[in-house]
Amino acid sequence: MTDASLKRISIDPLSRVEGHGKVTILLDDENKVQQARLHIVEFRGFEKFIEGRPYWEVPVMVERLCGICPVSHHLAAAKAMDMIVGAKLTPTAEKIRRLMHYGQILQSHALHFFYLASPDLLFGFDAELAKRNIVGLASHHPEIARKGVLIRKYGQEVIRLTAGKRIHGTGAIPGGVNKSLSADERAALLKDIYAIIGWSREAVALVKQLFETHCEHYRTFARFTAPAMCLVAPSGAMDLYDGGLRARRADGAPLFDHADYRRYWELIGEDVKPWSYMKFPFLKILGDAEHGWYRVGPLARVALCDFIPTPLADHERKEFLAFDDGQAVGATLGYHWARMIEMLHAAETIKELLHDDDIRGRELLATGQRQERGVGVIEAPRGTLIHHYRVDENDLVIRANLIVSTTHNNQAMNEAILAVAHQYLDGQQITEALLNHIEVAIRAFDPCLSCATHALGRMPLEVEVFGADGTACDRALRDSQGRFLRH
Amino acid sequence: MTAPILIFGWGNPSRGDDALGPRFIDELSALGLPDVECLSDYQLQIEHALDLAGRQRVLFVDASITATVPYAVRGPISASAAAPGFTHALDPHGLLRIYENFYDAPPPPCFLLEIRGESFILGAPCSEAAQRHLAAALDWARKWLE
Repeated sequence: MTDASLKRISIDPLSRVEGHGKVTILLDDENKVQQARLHIVEFRGFEKFIEGRPYWEVPVMVERLCGICPVSHHLAAAKAMDMIVGAKLTPTAEKIRRLMHYGQILQSHALHFFYLASPDLLFGFDAELAKRNIVGLASHHPEIARKGVLIRKYGQEVIRLTAGKRIHGTGAIPGGVNKSLSADERAALLKDIYAIIGWSREAVALVKQLFETHCEHYRTFARFTAPAMCLVAPSGAMDLYDGGLRARRADGAPLFDHADYRRYWELIGEDVKPWSYMKFPFLKILGDAEHGWYRVGPLARVALCDFIPTPLADHERKEFLAFDDGQAVGATLGYHWARMIEMLHAAETIKELLHDDDIRGRELLATGQRQERGVGVIEAPRGTLIHHYRVDENDLVIRANLIVSTTHNNQAMNEAILAVAHQYLDGQQITEALLNHIEVAIRAFDPCLSCATHALGRMPLEVEVFGADGTACDRALRDSQGRFLRH
Repeated sequence: MTAPILIFGWGNPSRGDDALGPRFIDELSALGLPDVECLSDYQLQIEHALDLAGRQRVLFVDASITATVPYAVRGPISASAAAPGFTHALDPHGLLRIYENFYDAPPPPCFLLEIRGESFILGAPCSEAAQRHLAAALDWARKWLE
């Protein structure tokens, strides 16, 4: 594949709306699959959007970057601004933020599993699309769908009560939080948390049962090996709010551990490619973008932590690691299982925090020595999220760099698609089965395309195959009504 | 006490014309109309089905790239099986189906107001054309609420 031919693949900026993804599959001279490239909405413009703003506005501004994970951006930015103001959080402030964050993890994972993933898993990858979605799920498995709605609602309520508003919340501010919980708010959340934990356990059991039933398929589908990275607590425990960076090779060999994320650029490089708006992060210790790509998110976190600090989720972690001699850990579909383990962990953590009197405290804000640079890193639902800012003497942001979770998984998603294409692309023609399986592989990562608009009227997925000479062999798409169309 | 009429707009206020839904809600909320509850969010999500309960009428409001200028009104809209693809957001038809399955009852009459948008760039303000479309849509909504 020559550079000249690569340049012939263009991304239509008008397609950069939520829900639209484009995949190109590149063939070699023998019409064998050589590369797969996922072009999704990129976050180009994020940094410019933030630069020039007063630093205290940033935690609220960045919520506008994404309609799905505003809380993750809010908290990552707030952590960076804690550094700018030189503050060490009070126990109340940290625990309120944790409560907010685990509420976000809970609702985000619930949305993904009940709305996007479980229809694939329950109906099969080739089931008609009219059935293979949340609506089909609600028709055929009404209790599962019902619980999904209620878990989502509960997570959103946690966010509302900690952030102060249903959306555009201002819960976290540089150096602390705006509010703690009242007795009534705590009681309201405690009332339902035990049901939420029970339903989360059921969700883990459901995924586990699916793995047991379809073990061979789940083990081999879109399989590839890769290094992984996430935050862990000083004890090695899973910690989705704070910690040091840990990375390991695919075989488990350590690359770095408990690394200070405030100097993440010493560990992580960012490459660009001419065909994508999305950056290609890599671990510098492994060389360049071609050799140093990695994966993040639930699968990485469950596999890399030494333990999960809540009992039910840790029990499930052990089951997950032991399943099929550890094969689920390297399976792309293992993301679903790991995600549900994290959802259970989030529910248990929320329960523990609600029983902690610090969340009713009044010491909300801390101050310190003003700094020029702030870095905030958090484990967002989809993986490690990095916010990095420089602020001048006028309190204005003069530089911003964001590495969002979906970007970390950029090459990993391409590898998953490549594995699917090797398995399901026969010749040069895109079949509906191929498109279905590409969708399932991408969905496992739960990529967030919501950092763009969602306005009505756009198609969700387009697949193209290019020959070695750069000419298009075939193009097909799934339109907004779920129809498979060939062009 | 649940207000009999729900107006639900969604969109990202910082992405150009995607702000049309939230802007519509802001303008309508400012009127302080009795018996009307105005809600907005970034996206339509499964739990929003719960917001439809106990209503006599519902109006969904969103920016649209394909609507006629200045706006299009559809409804009463029906529950359907729209495919989600990769989007985390739901469309109103899918939300109605969630409602039906959740409550085992038909949803209240629901209408969709699609306001034509032109540009959806992060950090950009609402385009002049979109603001004209918004004004026209608000005029229509006032009559709809009478």
